[in-house]
Amino acid sequence: MKKLIKEFTKGIIIENPTFGLVLGLCPTLAVSTSVSNALGMGAAATFVLLGSNIIISAIRKMIPKEIRIPCYIVIIATFVTINELVMKAYLPALNASLGIFVPLIVVNCIVLGRAEAFACKNPVLHSIFDALGMGTGFTIALVIISAIRELLGTGRLLGSVIIKDFAPVTMMILAPGALLTLGLLIGLVNYYHIKRKTNKEITKVGCDGCK
Amino acid sequence: MDVSKFMVVMISMVFINNFILSKFLGLCAFIGVSKETKPAISMGLAVTFVTTLSSMITWLIYKFLLIPFNITYLRTISFILVIASFVQFVEMVVRKTSPGLYRLFGIYLPLITVNCAVLGVAVLNSETFFQEGYTVQESFWFSAAQGFFAGIGFLLAMILMSGIRERLELTDVPKPFKDVPLAFIIASLMSLAFMGFNGFRF
Repeated sequence: MKKLIKEFTKGIIIENPTFGLVLGLCPTLAVSTSVSNALGMGAAATFVLLGSNIIISAIRKMIPKEIRIPCYIVIIATFVTINELVMKAYLPALNASLGIFVPLIVVNCIVLGRAEAFACKNPVLHSIFDALGMGTGFTIALVIISAIRELLGTGRLLGSVIIKDFAPVTMMILAPGALLTLGLLIGLVNYYHIKRKTNKEITKVGCDGCK
Repeated sequence: MDVSKFMVVMISMVFINNFILSKFLGLCAFIGVSKETKPAISMGLAVTFVTTLSSMITWLIYKFLLIPFNITYLRTISFILVIASFVQFVEMVVRKTSPGLYRLFGIYLPLITVNCAVLGVAVLNSETFFQEGYTVQESFWFSAAQGFFAGIGFLLAMILMSGIRERLELTDVPKPFKDVPLAFIIASLMSLAFMGFNGFRF
């Protein structure tokens, strides 16, 4: 039980997909224009992560090593399609505002990365907790970035006015604001690591592993 | 076929809707490989090559397989599989037949199999050019053009970014901001500059 809890919590802080491993940047930046979008994307990614982790770890002994990546991609794409159809049917507004990034969960490095690094080596129960932890960590990171952007860009949070008589910095909800926010936040994380001397500064983006 | 429409696709893809700086597709490759100019150009060429050809292939699949059998919901799964196997195939062919080309951009081909720019442009094509008002020919050539110019936009951003980062190597920056965070902040300033192109309206 202790180990399961550890699998869950590591994804939230130490191996946070965005601020620790720096994976899945494209959706992180593109959909963090508002907190509601961020929550939607986080939930969708968590669902895909959970489904693919369960299936991959259940059939991990049957997949030949040489063709494991195509197998993973088919499994992930299946869950992305399920997610796409459900979202189109029940949450058309969210689907429209996430747009092209719903099908693009397929190429999100976090999902393939967890399949390759965790689910193919561990039993189902551990993989479930790993997926939930990673999904939660991704959602938290998205919410942090989007809260900063939405607050500075519109003066609102989740649609309700927080700061009255505020001249919004429109740049923050456009493309440059996303890059700026993420750059400063990664700088902050690095500052923390340098102060604590943990040797975990972010020096490269983690996608090299997802070939 | 209308030349001015091609110009619209070109300017929109390279400047206004630049894949990296305003749509956030292919960021990992952009931040990861833009430290020096030479690899950056190779990567850009590889992406251009793959987006162009995969746009054509996915167009054919969408038009002649998915639409006639009414299974367009299998778009994501079929596109990613075809793109992945196509890129692997091209890599093998280039390696066997042309060592020069392989050195120029072949080594980056496996890296971009799951690049979001490649799948992104395929999905974008199937969403824009299959609506009313496009003839079959137009929709095919516009898809190919969109793929090609998306790649050119990627290449442009890569060249600009790597030129700046090469110079930054020699400067004295605060330690927490060295490398990746600074690259993001520079990308943000570049994206701000590219927003100026939003004024172009057709």
